Amino acid sequence: MSILTFRNVSLTYPARTGKGGAGEKRVLDGINLQVASDELVAIIGRSGSGKTSLLNLAAGFLTPTAGTITVDGTPVTGPGADRAVVFQDDALYPWLDARDNIAFPLKLKGVPLAERRAKAEVLLARVGLADAGDRHIWELSGGMRQRVGIARALAAEPRFLLLDEPLGALDALTRTRMQDFLLRIKAESGAGAVLITHSIEEALLLGTRVVVLSPNPGRLTAEIEAGFNAEILNGASVADVKASPIFKRMHAGLTGLIHAGEEELAA
Amino acid sequence: MTLLSELDALAGETNDTAPARAARPLPIAVISALTIGVIIGLWALASAYALVSPVFLPSPRQVVIALYNLVVKGFVDATLAEHVGASLYRIFGALIASILIGIPAGLAIGTSRVGRGILDPIVEFLRPLPPLAYLPLIIIWVGIGEASKITVIALSMLPSIILSTSAGVRAVSKDHVNAARSLGASKAQVLREVVLPSAVPSILTGIRIALGAGWTTLVAAELVAATSGIGFMIQSAAQFLVTDIVIAGIIVIALIAIVLEYVARLIERRLVPWASHR
Repeated sequence: MSILTFRNVSLTYPARTGKGGAGEKRVLDGINLQVASDELVAIIGRSGSGKTSLLNLAAGFLTPTAGTITVDGTPVTGPGADRAVVFQDDALYPWLDARDNIAFPLKLKGVPLAERRAKAEVLLARVGLADAGDRHIWELSGGMRQRVGIARALAAEPRFLLLDEPLGALDALTRTRMQDFLLRIKAESGAGAVLITHSIEEALLLGTRVVVLSPNPGRLTAEIEAGFNAEILNGASVADVKASPIFKRMHAGLTGLIHAGEEELAA
Repeated sequence: MTLLSELDALAGETNDTAPARAARPLPIAVISALTIGVIIGLWALASAYALVSPVFLPSPRQVVIALYNLVVKGFVDATLAEHVGASLYRIFGALIASILIGIPAGLAIGTSRVGRGILDPIVEFLRPLPPLAYLPLIIIWVGIGEASKITVIALSMLPSIILSTSAGVRAVSKDHVNAARSLGASKAQVLREVVLPSAVPSILTGIRIALGAGWTTLVAAELVAATSGIGFMIQSAAQFLVTDIVIAGIIVIALIAIVLEYVARLIERRLVPWASHR
């Protein structure tokens, strides 16, 4: 069991010179968070709350101004294959076909061509794209691209999947199907996951826990145990879960929590 | 030419979607062909009625015969194929040299502050210089042989290859780089597996522009000091007032340039089909 830990993490951007650039901007303030590999922690917040910065810190793209981020006790000092990122804008390589995109992390490790292509085939089948290996990236739909992106991240055999609004750009119908898919593939992989989303519904459906991030500066202001993902994994349909009274109640509660910050700001 | 055919295709599309009209307008390719026909016709008339002395303007028929003789018998000790071969040898020698130097230099400018600081002034100095301005200096340094011609042509090709490489490198998607880093790529791997491939379309465009510049320089370089080559052939013919060969040579130069451009576009489409889908 791996654990990703944020301990008193703050992030401050230096003062910007020029118009309106008075003083430094504190983006995240005193974040404490633990994610275990059997969890999917959904982080939700409005735009500008620093959710993407939080994920970029975990990925190692950014360095905290204060505090530490560790994976199983080892400090994060930069990006690494133990924390693979799935991007909203898929970030697949158009010069590689779907199979070689998935095999990319294996290539980086020096796995021989035949072996990494064989492994990519297995992953293609796992994400339901067994016949799409030869396809160009631009021939794939948005949902298929995200499946390839997730398979590519899994090929790195990460301890944690960092999901940066991976379903944000999909249409509503595809999105519902992909939510179910994402849950299953995450559970099979045995990796922990951090999901950034601005959809309360998605956070509740997918997250073992839902964490609310409030802006100016970004602070974790609420945390709830969701547990709907277990129901879905046990066979309940996403639609049924969404229709249940308890889901609606929690949805309303979370909406209130996120909204509360807004009113404070206005007052 | 390609631009025209693209415009033509565009026009064709809009026509297809519009309701059928009584008369389809003339395709642009037909208009272009007519234009060329009219020019050749006027040229034939002008020489037939001796409006201009044949020394200055030989008839189209004479030019065709000159072209035929060039292919079969040749001019100044070499056939047309040998002249063209000598020119192509120079241009491709120069192209290979400028690619070998230009791509690493472009990578250095695009990825490193120090590299940029060192190379930028050199490129900016070289870029606006007309190659003929430094040709005499190159001849003093390298001599009058093949090396000086290849050097001058390569120098005229370098800036566009360097600049297109560095532009391509700088335009690499941040997400693409971050994805590779989060999947375990080292700095060298990011450069080789992500930055370089995403710069390829830009590099190919640079090579296409370089070929155009190189072709211009080639003909000029051969006018100054050469014993073979298409530019030399024209220069020699002009000295003896063999105007039909001069005109035939000009037509050959234009045709080769068009073919090179076409082949370069073909390679581009083959090599980076994804460039238009980003």
